[in-house]
Amino acid sequence: MGENETILEVRDVSVRYGAIRAISNVSFSVKRGEILTLIGSNGAGKTTTLRAISGMVRCTGNVRFMDQEIAGTRPDVLVTRGLCHCPEGRGIFANMSVEENLNLGAFIRSDKHEIEKDKQRVFELFPRIKERLKQNAGTLSGGEQQMLAIGRALLARPKLLLLDEPSLGLAPQLVQTIFKIIREINAQGVSILLVEQNAHMALQVAHHAVVLEVGKVAMTGLASDLAKSDEVRKAYLGHG
Amino acid sequence: MSGELQQLVPTMMPSAARALLKGVALPVASALVLGLVMQFVVGPAIGAYPASVALQVGISVMLAVSLNIVNGYTGQFSIGHAGFFAVGAYVGAGISYYAALSGIDPASGQQPSQALSNGAWLVWNDGQNFLFSYGEWRMILASIVGGCVAAGLGYIVGLPSLRLRGDYLAIVTLGFGEITRVLLTQTKPQIFDRDELAATHAKDWVIPPMGGATGFSDIPAYASLMWVWFFVAVMIFFAYRVKQSSTGRALLSIREDEIAARSMGVNITKYKVRAFVLAAGLAGLAGSLYAHTGQVIRPQEAGFQRSFEVIIFVVLGGMGSISGVVLAAIILSILPEALRDLSEYRLIVYALLLILMMIVRPKGLFGVREIWEFWPFTRAKKSEKKVITP
Ligand SMILES: Nc1ncnc2c1ncn2[C@@H]1O[C@H](COP(=O)(O)OP(=O)(O)OP(=O)(O)O)[C@@H](O)[C@H]1O
Ligand SMILES: [Mg+2]
Repeated sequence: MGENETILEVRDVSVRYGAIRAISNVSFSVKRGEILTLIGSNGAGKTTTLRAISGMVRCTGNVRFMDQEIAGTRPDVLVTRGLCHCPEGRGIFANMSVEENLNLGAFIRSDKHEIEKDKQRVFELFPRIKERLKQNAGTLSGGEQQMLAIGRALLARPKLLLLDEPSLGLAPQLVQTIFKIIREINAQGVSILLVEQNAHMALQVAHHAVVLEVGKVAMTGLASDLAKSDEVRKAYLGHG
Repeated sequence: MSGELQQLVPTMMPSAARALLKGVALPVASALVLGLVMQFVVGPAIGAYPASVALQVGISVMLAVSLNIVNGYTGQFSIGHAGFFAVGAYVGAGISYYAALSGIDPASGQQPSQALSNGAWLVWNDGQNFLFSYGEWRMILASIVGGCVAAGLGYIVGLPSLRLRGDYLAIVTLGFGEITRVLLTQTKPQIFDRDELAATHAKDWVIPPMGGATGFSDIPAYASLMWVWFFVAVMIFFAYRVKQSSTGRALLSIREDEIAARSMGVNITKYKVRAFVLAAGLAGLAGSLYAHTGQVIRPQEAGFQRSFEVIIFVVLGGMGSISGVVLAAIILSILPEALRDLSEYRLIVYALLLILMMIVRPKGLFGVREIWEFWPFTRAKKSEKKVITP
């Protein structure tokens, strides 16, 4: 694999929480400019994998991001290098206004003009956010909060965006919208590592997919291939 | 609010001089005005005893504003703030008192009552004094040193505990306050004789002669109404500036959600420690000023009771709202004086107030917002602006 093609390479990464082994020897890689989805049932270790990559938990093994070893690097340092983690459960700042939330997304940046441009870009993706700039973020609907969380992450100008269950708890129609936007963000040049429960949608938008089962990689391949495979259909797509 | 302003400003490109004027000169000037008004208008108008209460109110406000940076903005729970206060008090008092005793300033050593009436006189340079009296300049220097020592201790205490889970900070700061109190009782007796002081060697200062359990007295009382309220204003400006800065945004984000703050690129340990050091330093400065208000300072200054009082100010005022905690500190410091007979039950009243507050307004009087952000007028203006933006 050519060096420039791979933006993130995860090799033999394991994480334990005390005595619990959450993931063991997980390996996969994300190509520059693609969407890779990580699917698996509850407790499979998807969130843990993202946390290991973004430096939120300690891990063993190797993580390479843009040809640099990053295992053990602090999350805030990784953000400045272009790796941005949009955590599970949205993690918006509920007592701050929508605008303040967005400003925090650009915390590491000081290029005011460019930030302003990126904000406009976020408003284009999420017109609803713009209407609610002064509103307390905690009073947004679940879907709006999710949009805010993604928009805020974009303001850090990520090269690789880690999204943890962006469709969690959203109405089917909104799920469609969110996935459409994920595709748009990707089309603008951001590589995406997408964790999803909604395997059906995730496999539609992703180029490649990794299936996690009890902390181990069970399958990897083209998303379209996995969507057709019997095991995946049975376990994650609800087809007998 | 300031975000919109900042959007407008780039076209004007403020020069460095203008920024300096706006950032330093203006606040200092207005603080000076407040100090002078307190000294020459309010002080004489309310009489001697209320004026001495006004001094203590000022000290309370400083403590509240400083603790607000940690417990309010950052959402960390420090319960040993009085420890830093006491350290600042003893360091500042020690410098001022022993410098005066050793005869560096023969004019000092006046009685508290004298200083209260004489304080803040503008003395133009007569060879010995410049603008203010020698002792006042020395008090300011001693207070800055006191603040720096407290800030340094804040770093030593904060760094290890803030890296760990939240509750560690509470335990460690509680311990810090108590240890400080005990150590202060172990200091040697105060030296009152000039010749005795001259005869001391460096090794006599390993355990400093700070009066032990009896306390440290006769501190030159230069902290007049003017100086106390000058520093109150400076501290409020400073705290407000911090809140509006990117540091402030980082602190507030930590309080809201640590994981999300980290994923925004906020180095949470660094910012928590920064908040803690700032708060400790300001508490130390307040402590030193307190020592110069004509008080005998005692080891109990470091005790839990004072820490608890400050926590009450911050919690009631609104955990992050500067105007809120200032108001709470003022009201709750005047109230016990107004209800002298009930002052023994003060802590009970505080506890009841706290419980009531938790039920009625769990985020404090004003939450994290400032008072003026609640004015309907500001609200209307904001929504107008929202419509205008293309
Ligand atoms: N902080 C923690 N302490 C102990 N165990 C944990 C911790 N976080 C996760 N685990 C355990 O690690 C395993 C993997 O959890 P993880 O959150 O990665 O799953 P997931 O695939 O994201 O699940 P879901 O789809 O439900 O979000 C689970 O068994 C979980 O109980
Ligand atoms: Mg998860």
